Amino acid sequence: MNPITPIINGMKITFKHMFMKPVTLQYPTERPKVSQRFRGLHGLKVSHSKAKCVACYLCPTVCPAKCITVEAAEDANHDKYAAVYEIDMLRCIFCGYCVEACPVDALKMTGEFELANYHRQDFIYSKERLLEK
Amino acid sequence: MGIEILGLPMMYYIAMVAKVLVAFVFVLLTVAYATYAERKIIGHMQVRLGPMRTGWHGLLQPIADGVKLFFKEEIIPSQASTFAFLVAPLIALIPAFITFAVIPFGGVIEVAGYKIPLQIAAYYDTAAGQVYDINVGVLYILAMSSLGVYGIVLAGWASNSKYSLMGGLRASAQMISYELAAGLAIISVFMLSGTLSLNKIVALQSGFGGFEWYLFKQPLAAFMFFICSLAEINRTPFDLPEAETELVSGFCTEYSSMKYAMFFMAEYANMVTVCALTATLFLGGWNGPLTAAFPLLGPVYFVAKVYFLMFVCMWIRATLPRYRYDQLMHLGWKVFIPVALVNIVVTGIIGYFI
Repeated sequence: MNPITPIINGMKITFKHMFMKPVTLQYPTERPKVSQRFRGLHGLKVSHSKAKCVACYLCPTVCPAKCITVEAAEDANHDKYAAVYEIDMLRCIFCGYCVEACPVDALKMTGEFELANYHRQDFIYSKERLLEK
Repeated sequence: MGIEILGLPMMYYIAMVAKVLVAFVFVLLTVAYATYAERKIIGHMQVRLGPMRTGWHGLLQPIADGVKLFFKEEIIPSQASTFAFLVAPLIALIPAFITFAVIPFGGVIEVAGYKIPLQIAAYYDTAAGQVYDINVGVLYILAMSSLGVYGIVLAGWASNSKYSLMGGLRASAQMISYELAAGLAIISVFMLSGTLSLNKIVALQSGFGGFEWYLFKQPLAAFMFFICSLAEINRTPFDLPEAETELVSGFCTEYSSMKYAMFFMAEYANMVTVCALTATLFLGGWNGPLTAAFPLLGPVYFVAKVYFLMFVCMWIRATLPRYRYDQLMHLGWKVFIPVALVNIVVTGIIGYFI
């Protein structure tokens, strides 16, 4: 092969690419469409206006990063519920094992991915912040 | 217009200053926006957008870059040779700009009854009825473009850093290799034109409605000259003096702030000059249809040709990876120089029999 043909072919390709639609996303103004199964911030599901979580401790047990803190308590109906449910987002690796482990389907992962914050305390998500809106 | 200074009418001096200002400001703006155009074009060739945030579609990006570089800290390395370190960016920048003095960017226009040739270092003699410019214009350009390498070598040496020195050495080796081939490529043009004056070379290409270009008579020389020029001004794929992957930033590793900006401007000004020279020598300069009726079309055609060639430079940059050092030397000494010599011989033989 002579050395000029590949150069010309390459130039043709770059010229064609110039008229293609750019794939760039202008991020803060344009938002990416995250997939249905995206593993972002956790969310505690709500049923009958309270969290479905029964504080069974399976999620902190299965969590490989050990970022979930649960403390069980008893409510007025003598039902077990999570008095404290905290996830440390600085340790979380977004593996989704907690969601898989949950026997009552009380936990999910949302499409929320903008988790930056100014203080370390702000990364510890309490139950109130995790409850789905 | 009765006033005369040194035997030349006052209008001559006014026109001269005006031409210098217009051409200089235009080249400066082109240099600034060449950086923007390059980022934008390469961006789109890589299916990206390029700068988008500063102003509408990033149009203020060159100004933002300039302001940013202007306010950066000036760093002079403690072991550097201070004087050479400071003077190197100037040596790189000034030849890049003054080369433009001899390039004709238009025909003769008439302002208030006084005829002005659109070439900075030129003068219309009313008595003789013709334009006088530097009769060795091309030699001047070759000399100035060779001066530019001193800036780079000096920068590399004065920085007192390994990477800078390597960049400077590569730059000098590359320039010497490719200067020869570029010079030999232009010789075949001179064999056709019989003159070194750029004004006359452009005039000789005005046939066929402004399309009697030397590109069609000397395609090989045009191609070689353009490639060698790319190598001489250190554009990709021949940007070995500042190869980021191996030499950090080559000769300008130790430079910061405005001095770095000066190297950057020199690089782009050199690109403008080389494209303007290629357009003048091979693409008929400012010639084009209807330039006789509308002299102001000349600069338009010239700018269009120069911008097209600059687009080709950016296109090449978006396409080709950097050459390896031995490939570069091989291409210069073993391909371009013999081919250029053969081209001269063939041009001579054909010219002798026709």
